[in-house]
Amino acid sequence: MIRAFKVVLCVLLLACCALAQTQLNGAGATFPYPIYSKWFNEYHNLHSDIQINYQSIGSGGGIRQVTAGTVDFGASDGPMTDEQLAQSKVKLLHVPTVLGAVVPAYNIPGVSGEVKFTPDILAGIFLGKITNWSDASIAKVNPDIKFPSQAITVAHRSDGSGTTYIWTDYLSKISPDWRDTVGKGTSVKWPVGVGGKGNEGVAGLIRQLPGSIGYIELIYALQNKINYGSVRNSSGQFIKASLESTTAAAAGVKVPADFRVSITNSPAKTAYPIASFTWLLIPTNPTDQNKGKILKDFLFWMLDQGQSMTEALSYAPLPKAVVELEKAAITKQVH
Amino acid sequence: MLKQPGDASAQKLSPWRRAINLAATWFAIGAAVLVIVPLLAIFVYLLIKGAGSVNLAFLTQTPKPPGELGGGMANSIVGTGIILAVASIVGVPLGIGCGIYLAEYGRGRFGDLVRFTADVLNGVPSIVIGIAVYSLIVLREKHFSAFSGGVALGIMMIPTIARATEEMLLMVPNVVREAALGLGIPKWRTTLSISLRTASAGVITGCMLAFARVAGETAPLLFTAFGNQFWSLKLNQPMAALSLQVFTYAISPYDDWHRQAWAGALILIVLIVAAVGAVRIVTSRGMLKGAS
Amino acid sequence: MSGTVNEMNSPDSFNPSEKPATAIPTLAQTATQRKAISASSVLERIRQTHPRSSRMPDAAFAVLIVLTAISVFAIVAFVLWELVDKSKLSLHQFGLAFFYGHDWDPVNGDFGAMPFIYGTLVSSALALFIAVPLSIGVAVYVTEMCPIRLRAIISFLVELLAAIPSVIYGLWGIFVLAPLLREYVEPFLAKSLGWTGFFGGPMYGIGMLAAGIILSIMVVPIIASITREVLTAVPQSQREAVLALGATRWEMIRMGVLRNARIGILGGIILGLGRALGETMAVTMVIGNRPEVSKSLFAPGYTMASAIANQFTEATGDLYLSALVEIGLALFLVTLIVNALARLLVWSITGGRAGRARA
Repeated sequence: MIRAFKVVLCVLLLACCALAQTQLNGAGATFPYPIYSKWFNEYHNLHSDIQINYQSIGSGGGIRQVTAGTVDFGASDGPMTDEQLAQSKVKLLHVPTVLGAVVPAYNIPGVSGEVKFTPDILAGIFLGKITNWSDASIAKVNPDIKFPSQAITVAHRSDGSGTTYIWTDYLSKISPDWRDTVGKGTSVKWPVGVGGKGNEGVAGLIRQLPGSIGYIELIYALQNKINYGSVRNSSGQFIKASLESTTAAAAGVKVPADFRVSITNSPAKTAYPIASFTWLLIPTNPTDQNKGKILKDFLFWMLDQGQSMTEALSYAPLPKAVVELEKAAITKQVH
Repeated sequence: MLKQPGDASAQKLSPWRRAINLAATWFAIGAAVLVIVPLLAIFVYLLIKGAGSVNLAFLTQTPKPPGELGGGMANSIVGTGIILAVASIVGVPLGIGCGIYLAEYGRGRFGDLVRFTADVLNGVPSIVIGIAVYSLIVLREKHFSAFSGGVALGIMMIPTIARATEEMLLMVPNVVREAALGLGIPKWRTTLSISLRTASAGVITGCMLAFARVAGETAPLLFTAFGNQFWSLKLNQPMAALSLQVFTYAISPYDDWHRQAWAGALILIVLIVAAVGAVRIVTSRGMLKGAS
Repeated sequence: MSGTVNEMNSPDSFNPSEKPATAIPTLAQTATQRKAISASSVLERIRQTHPRSSRMPDAAFAVLIVLTAISVFAIVAFVLWELVDKSKLSLHQFGLAFFYGHDWDPVNGDFGAMPFIYGTLVSSALALFIAVPLSIGVAVYVTEMCPIRLRAIISFLVELLAAIPSVIYGLWGIFVLAPLLREYVEPFLAKSLGWTGFFGGPMYGIGMLAAGIILSIMVVPIIASITREVLTAVPQSQREAVLALGATRWEMIRMGVLRNARIGILGGIILGLGRALGETMAVTMVIGNRPEVSKSLFAPGYTMASAIANQFTEATGDLYLSALVEIGLALFLVTLIVNALARLLVWSITGGRAGRARA
C-alpha cells in the first residue's frame, strides 16, 4: 500500500510537468451521452490540447450544476422552465443538438410482429384502465394479430428522466384524463406499474416480465433488439419510430427563438409523435473567455460535421432549417 | 453439573444434547455453504461476462466513444487508486483515533454519544454523504475534484473502522495494559504499541472491510469526483473512477460497453483483493504483528 | 496474536489453579512478557534520566484522540445540519404530515414519505433476518469447527463479498436472482406459506423479497467478519472451562464463546444494519420502485435511499428537491431511532454494566 502510494506520488509529480491542456467540464442528460462522447472524442482528435469532459448525471443535475457554475456547460432532455431560467445566476441559451424518440416496447408471449397503438390505447394502458392484452380496443387496430389473454404489466422509470418527460408530455397532450390526474414531468406519480432504473432498467424489466410494456429511447430498443410498436400520429398514420420520422417531427413544428419547444404530437404527416430535442445549455456570458470561445467553436463544428455522425449511432439529426436558426442565434447571443 | 473426577468417560450424553450438537454443527456448515454459494455465483457470472474483455487495450487506454471498438478504463483504474488513497488517508486515522477514544478514554457519556453518532453515520446513505461533501467542498471551490471524492469516501470509512477498532481494543485483556503501566510505560505508548498491536488483526480487518465497501461505491462520487473521460492525475480536477465508469457503461444501450462494464467490475474486485491481500501479507510479516 | 491473549488470564476466568499475578520475574514465560521486561529496563533508564517525560506526550496524545472523536461528531452534526437546512422548504410546507403521508406526486407537489419509510424498515428487517443467523453460523464454523487449512480460504471468500460493487449486486439481482425468484422460489413460497399473507399477489421476481435477499448478501460479510474476529479474541480458557464441565461442542460454543462475544456480535450487527438502511444502488435495481405500502413480500416497494438516488439528479423545482432532502432527514432519524433501540437492547442484556469478558 505504501509502495503503491509512492508510485502514485511519482506519477503525480510527472503529470504536473505534462503539456498544458484546457479541460472543459459538462454535465447533464444521459440520453445523448453516446453521441456527445463521440463528438467530444472527435473534437479532441482535431484539437489535441482541448479536452471536453462530459458526465451524464441526469438532466436535473446538469441544470443545477450549470446554474451553480460548477461546470462550463449543461445538457438537458427537457427544456428549463421560465422560473428556472429566471433564477439562474448564469444566463443560458438552449442549443438543440439531436433528436430522440421514445418508443412503446413490449414483451407479449407469442407476438413477435409490430403492434399498432393509438393514443387512447397507450393512455389507457398507462392509466391502468386497459389491463389485459386481449382487450377489444387493442384487437380492433391490430386485426391480424392474435393476442394471448395475458395481464399487462407496465414498466416505467423509477428515476427522474427526460425520457419520462417526453412520454408524459405526449400523454398529457393526447389524453385529458392523464393530464388531469398525472401530468407531465421528469418524475410523476404512476397509477400502475413497476419502476426500473434508467432506460436499461426498463429494458431489462420488459425482457424479463412476460406481458410487459414500457417506454424506452429508440436507441435502447434497437440495440437490445426489443420489439416496439408503431403509434398513430395526429394525421392518422401509424408511424414506427425511425430516424426519418423523428427528424420529420421537428420539421413540422415552429421553433421559437429560444429553442425551448416540445415537438411531441407533431402535426407533420410523416412525423413520429413521441419525439423530442435534447439541448445543450450554454452560458451566454461565460466568465472564462477562453473556454467560451472553445465552446462556441465546438458548437459550430457540431452543427456542421457533428450532425453527420448522428445516424451511425441511431440519433436523428436536426432539420436544416433549425441548424441555420441555431447558427444565427449562437453568433448573436453567445459571447 | 459438576462432575466427579474419573466420571468423564463413563458419562453418557443424553440423545437430546447430542442431537442439538449435531444440528448446530450442520447449521454452521450449511451457513458457510449458503454464504459461499451466492459469492461464487456472482463471481462466476462476472467472469463469464467480463473476463473476455479484459485485455491490454482495456488496461491501458481511455474510453472510446460507442461504435469504436477498443478503448479501456486505464484512467478509471488509476483514478480509483488515487481517490481511494485520499479516502484512506482521511478515513483510517480518524477511524482508528475514534476507536481508540471509544475504547480507552470514552467510557462515559460523551463516549456514548460519539459511539452513537458513529453508528448513525454508518446508516447515512452514500448519496447523502456525497451531497453533504458537495455542499462543503465542491460548491465552495466551484469545481468537482478528486479530493472531494476522496473525502466523501473517507467519511464513509470512519464508522466501520472506529467500531472494529473499539471492539478489538476492548477484547485486549486489561492485564496487558496493567502490566505495561506497571512497568512505567506511558499510556499513549501502551495504547499504541501494546493494545493496538495486540488488536491489530481485527483493526486491519475493519479497515479492509471499510476499504472494500467504499471502493465499490458510485453514488457519493457522482457529485464530488464527477468522473473524467481523459487522463487526469490532479487532485483538484474531476477524476475518473472504476465504479462510476462501470455504472455509466452498465446503463448504456451498447453491448460493447456492457462487456466493458463487466470487465471493469472484475478489475475493481481484483484491485480490492490485491490491496487487501497486500496489507495482510505486509502486516503478517512482522510490521504490526503482536508477539505470539 | 491469539497466543498472547490466551496466556494472560484474568481473575475472572475459570481457572482456580493459577497463582495471582504478582512479581513479574516469576511469570516471565511468554514472549510478550520477555519483551516487556527488556522494554521496561530501557524505559526504567529513560524514566530515571527524564522524570515526568510521559506527562506531555500523554496529554498530547489524549488531546489528539479526543480531537478525532470530536471530528467524527462534527461530521455527523454537519450532515444533519445540511439535511435540515436544505429541507426547510418542505418541512415548512408539510410539517409532520410528511412522515405519514402516502402520496408521492412530484407533478402536483404533494409529497409523503410513509411508503419509503416502510420499505426501508421492511427490507432491512428482512435482510437482517436472513443475514444474522447465516453470519453467526459462518463465523462459528470458521473459528470453531473448520479445519485449519480451510479457515483462511473461507474467511477470505466471505470478505470478498464485501468487495463486490453494489452496482454489480444490482445487475446480478436483475439478471440472475429475479428470474430465479419468479420461476421457482416465489411460486413455492406462495403455495406453502401463502396463507400468512406475506407471499401473495403477482410474482414479478423483483420486489421486496429480492431486495431483502440482495441486502442480506451484502450485509453478511460485515457481520460475519466482525463476529469472526470477536470470537477469535475470546480467551481459550473460557472454552476449556466449559468443556471441562462436560459440555458438547455446541454447548461450549454457546456458553463459553458466544456469550462472551455477545456484545461484540451485536456491534457487528448494528454495523450491518447501518449498511442495510443506507444501501442504494443494489436495492434500487431490484425493488421495483413503487411507492406503496403492501403486506406481501412479492410486491414492489421503495426505500428512502433509493428514492433519493433515483430522483435527486433529475429533480427540478425547489420543493421537489427539498422533499427529497427531507427523505434523507427521515432516513437519518430512522437510523437514529433504530440505533437507540439497539442500544436499549444492549443495556437491558448487560443490566446497565459494561458486561464484557474483560479478561
